[in-house]
Amino acid sequence: MNGSPVIAIDGILVVVTAWLCVGLAGIAALRNFRIVARILFPLSAALSVTLAALALGALASPPEVAVLAIGLPDLPFHLRLDALSSFFLVLLGVASAGISIFASGYFRVGEGTPPGLICLQYQLFLAAMVMVLLADDAYAFMVSWEMMALSSFFLVTTNHRIPEIQRAGYLYLLVAHIGAIAILLCFGVLQANTGDYTFANMRAQHLSPFWASCAFMLALFGFGAKAGVLPLHIWLPEAHPAAPSPVSALMSGVMLKTAIYGMLRVAFDLSGTPLWWWGVVALVLGLATALFGVVFAAAQVDMKRLLAYSSIENIGLIVMGMGLAMVFAAYRMPSLAALALTAMLYHCLNHAMFKSLLFLGTGSVLHATHERSLGKLGGLMRYMPWVAGTTLVGVIASAGLPPSNGFVSEWLLLQGFLFTGGLPNPYLKMLVPLFAAGVALVAALAGYVMVKFFGVIFLGRPREERLSEARDAGALERLGLIWLTVVCVLLGLFPVAVIGIIDPIPYQLVGRGLAQSGHIGDWLLLAPVSAQRASYSPLLLLLATLALVLFAIIFVRRLYHGRLRRAPAWACGFTAEPTVRMQDTAEGFGQPIRQIFEPFYRMHRELPTPFDRNPRYRVVVEDPQWAWVYLRIAAAIESASRLVGGLQRGRISIYLLYSFVTLVALLFLTQA
Amino acid sequence: MNFEGILAQLAAMAAALMLGPLLVGWVNQCRAWLQNRSAPPLLLPFRTLHKLFWKESVVAHGATAMYRLAPYVVFSCMLLASMIIPTLSTNLPLAPAADAIALVGLFALARLFISLAAMDVGTAFGTMGARREMLVGFLAEPAFLMVLFTTSLISSSTSLATIVTTLAHREFSILPSLAFAGLAFTMVSLAENARIPVDNPATHLELTMIHEALVLEYSGRHLALLEWAAAMKLFAYSCAGIALFFPWGIAEANDRAPLLWALPVLVGKLAVGGFCLALIETILAKMRIFRVPEFLATAFLLGVLALLVHLLLGA
Repeated sequence: MNGSPVIAIDGILVVVTAWLCVGLAGIAALRNFRIVARILFPLSAALSVTLAALALGALASPPEVAVLAIGLPDLPFHLRLDALSSFFLVLLGVASAGISIFASGYFRVGEGTPPGLICLQYQLFLAAMVMVLLADDAYAFMVSWEMMALSSFFLVTTNHRIPEIQRAGYLYLLVAHIGAIAILLCFGVLQANTGDYTFANMRAQHLSPFWASCAFMLALFGFGAKAGVLPLHIWLPEAHPAAPSPVSALMSGVMLKTAIYGMLRVAFDLSGTPLWWWGVVALVLGLATALFGVVFAAAQVDMKRLLAYSSIENIGLIVMGMGLAMVFAAYRMPSLAALALTAMLYHCLNHAMFKSLLFLGTGSVLHATHERSLGKLGGLMRYMPWVAGTTLVGVIASAGLPPSNGFVSEWLLLQGFLFTGGLPNPYLKMLVPLFAAGVALVAALAGYVMVKFFGVIFLGRPREERLSEARDAGALERLGLIWLTVVCVLLGLFPVAVIGIIDPIPYQLVGRGLAQSGHIGDWLLLAPVSAQRASYSPLLLLLATLALVLFAIIFVRRLYHGRLRRAPAWACGFTAEPTVRMQDTAEGFGQPIRQIFEPFYRMHRELPTPFDRNPRYRVVVEDPQWAWVYLRIAAAIESASRLVGGLQRGRISIYLLYSFVTLVALLFLTQA
Repeated sequence: MNFEGILAQLAAMAAALMLGPLLVGWVNQCRAWLQNRSAPPLLLPFRTLHKLFWKESVVAHGATAMYRLAPYVVFSCMLLASMIIPTLSTNLPLAPAADAIALVGLFALARLFISLAAMDVGTAFGTMGARREMLVGFLAEPAFLMVLFTTSLISSSTSLATIVTTLAHREFSILPSLAFAGLAFTMVSLAENARIPVDNPATHLELTMIHEALVLEYSGRHLALLEWAAAMKLFAYSCAGIALFFPWGIAEANDRAPLLWALPVLVGKLAVGGFCLALIETILAKMRIFRVPEFLATAFLLGVLALLVHLLLGA
C-alpha cells in the first residue's frame, strides 16, 4: 500500500458493500413492491454513479492494492485497482446507473420471482461484476466470476414458470460453466507450477511460448464463451429474450465486457507480451463472429433476439480490435497497438451504452404492448415518442453512422486496419487491410439491421389494433433512457476527451498511449497520428448539418411557403383501402439478406399452395451451429457413454472383478 | 480559417447547389440525343424544382415528424458531402471535419433517414423501397469504402484533400490498382445514384423502382428538396470520381486565379462524365432486382482486388 492513503479502492469496496446491503434490504421487504422499486433501485443507481466517479478518479493514478481476509483461512482475496479495471468499472458504473433507474420503473407486480428477491439478485450481480474487475488472484476471480454467472442465471429465469425460459437459463448456465472450467485451467497454466495463484506471481512467471499460447487459447475459449464468440454464442440469443429487459441490458451491455476484460488481462498483462499469431486467431474469430452476428440479426423476427445477435456482432468487432492490438504489440509497434486498443475500448464503452439503451427501449415497448414479435408491432412512434426518440439515437449509434459514438470507434478501428505499413511480416501486411473490408461490410449490414429494427417497431402503421392503446414509458423509465442517450451523444461528440480518459490503459498494456504518442487533435478535431493523415470532427459535422437544415427551412419558408395538407396515403394510385398487412413484415424486410446469405442459414419454410383455404407462410431460421457443432458433440458424448455403459453389467461379481483388476494394476505400477 | 477559406467554402456550396441540377439536365439532354429524341431544355430541373416548391405539400394521415424532417436532413447531408469533397479547391475549412470514411458515413446517414421516412407512412411501396434501398446500400457502401481505401493506401491518408494532392502530383501512369478501383467506383456510383442498370430514374413502374418508391409519397417542397438532394448526390459522386481518378486542375490554394480556373475545368470534366453516364444508360438495359446483389458484389470484389493489387505490387 506504499503507506499512502488508499482512497479509491476502499471507496469502491464500500459501494460493493452498500450494494449487498441494498440487496439484503430487498429480502427484508420481500413483497413490498413500493419500497423495492421506489427506494432500493434508485439507491442502487446512485451507488453506480458513485462507483463511476471513484473509478474515473482512479484511472490515471497508480495501481492500488488491498487484501480482504474473507474466504478460506490461508486464501485471502487479493484486490487491485489499475487503469484497466478502472476503465471497466467506469463503464459498469455509467451503464448500470441508467439501467437501475430504468429498472425501478420497470419491474411490475406480477408472477415470477418476488420483487425483493429480484433486487437481491440484481445487486449481487452488480457487486460480483465489480469484484471480477478488482480481483488480483485466481481464487477471488473465480469466486466472483461464478457469483456473477449464478446471480445472472437467477435473473434470466425470473419468469421461471415458462418452459422456454427454463431451457434458456439451463443453456446459459451450461455454457457459463464450460467457460469457467477453461478459465480455471488457464489460471492453472499461468501459475507455472508455483502453487501461488496471485496475479502478481503470474506476471512474474516467464512461460515458454507453448504454455503461454495454451493459456491464451484457454482464455479465449473461456472468456469467449461468456462474450459470445463463435461458436460459443448460442446461449446469447436464448438468454437475452428470456431475461427481463434491464437484465438483458446489464448482461449485454456490461457482463459481456467483463469477458473482454478477462481476455485483455490474460493476453496483455498476465502472460507477458502476446505472440503475433494469437492476434491473427483473434482477428479471424472476431470477423467470423461479427459477420455471423449481423447476418443472423437481419433474419430475426423477435426484437430482443435481434439485439442479442447484434451484440454478437459488436463483440466480434471488439475481438477484432483486440487481435489487431496483439499483432502490433507482438511486433513492438506500440503507437499502432495503442490506436487499436483505444478503438476497441472505445467500442466497448459505446456498445455498453447504446446496447443498454436499445434493450431498455425494447423493455418499454414490451410493457406497453406485451409483444416481442416485430410482426405484431408498428407505428409506435406516435404513441411512444420518448422511447422512439431515445431509441433512434441508439439505432444511429448501433448502425455506426456519424456523428454518433458508434461511428467514432469504427472509424478508429478502420484507421488501425488501414495503416499497417511497417509490419515486418509480409503476409500480415497484406492480410490486415483486408480485414478493413470485413469491418466495412459488417458496419453496412448493421445499418440494414437497425433500419429494420426501428422501422418495423416504431414506424408505419400499427399492425395490430390494440397497439394504439400503447402508452409512453413512465417518468423513471424515461430518466434511465435519457441518461444513456445523453452519454451516447457525449461519447459521440467529444471523442478527444474520451480518448484522453481511455489513454492510461494502452499506456499500461503496451507502454504507450494514443494521446501521449503525440498529436490526437484538439477538443474539436480528432486527428490520431497526424492531421494530414486523417481527421474527423463530429461536433463540426453535426453543427454544419444543423446549420444547413436551418438554411433549407428558412430558404423554403421565406422564398416559398409552408402550406401543408393532410390526405390519405397515395400508394401509387392504389384505389382500394390499403390494409396494414400490406406493409413489410420483419420477415419480409429481412428477405433480401436471407436470399443473399442463404448458405449461412438453416431455414424451414412453409409456402402455401394456390389451393390452400387458409394460406399460411412460415419461415423458421435456425442457427447452423446447432447442427454443425452442438448436436455432433452431443451425439459423440452419447455414443461414448454408451460404450462406457457397456462396462456396467449390474452384477456385483463383475464390479468386484473390476476392483480387483484395478488393485493389481496399481500394485504393479507402484512396484515398477 | 480565414476569409479566403470561407469564400472558397461558399463557392463550393454554390457550385453544388447549382451544378447538381444542371448536371442532371445535361445527362437527360445527352440521353435524349443518343436515343434520337428531341431533348428537354438544359434548365428543366431548375424549373421542376421551382414548380415543386410552389406546390402545396400533401402529407399522408398519420405521418410523423420523421417523415417531414427527413427531406431536410437528406438535403443537408448531400450538400455537406459536396462541400467536403474537393470540388474546386482542396483547401476547404470544412474538409478536416470529415475524411473519406466519414463521407461514406454521411451518405449512409442520409440513406438511413430516407429509408425510415419511407417506412413511416406504412404503405407497401414505401417499405419495399426502403428494403431495396438498404439492400443496395449495404453492398454499395463497403464497395465504395474499398475504392477509398485503395486510394488511401496509395497516399497513406484518408483525408480527401491529402489523397487528391498526392494523386494529382504523382507522375502520370495508369496504376493497375486505380484501374480496378475506377471500375468498382463506376459500378457503385451507378447503383448509388439509382441509374441504369440498377434502377431507372425515369420509371414509375411499381415493381422495379427503388429510388422512386422511396419518394413516392412525397410532394411539394419535400419532393423538391429530395430531388435537389438526388441531383447533388449525383454531383457529389461525380466530383468524388473526378477527385480520385482525374484530380488535375483542382485548386490547392484559395487564391482567386486557381479557383476561377478550377470552375471551367470542373464543368468540362462533369460534361464529359455526364455524357459517359448517358452513354452507359443508353447501351445497357436495366437488370432484375435479384441481379443487383451480384452486380454490387462484383464491385465490392473489384474494390478488394484493387486493394490487394496495391498491397502486392505496391502500385
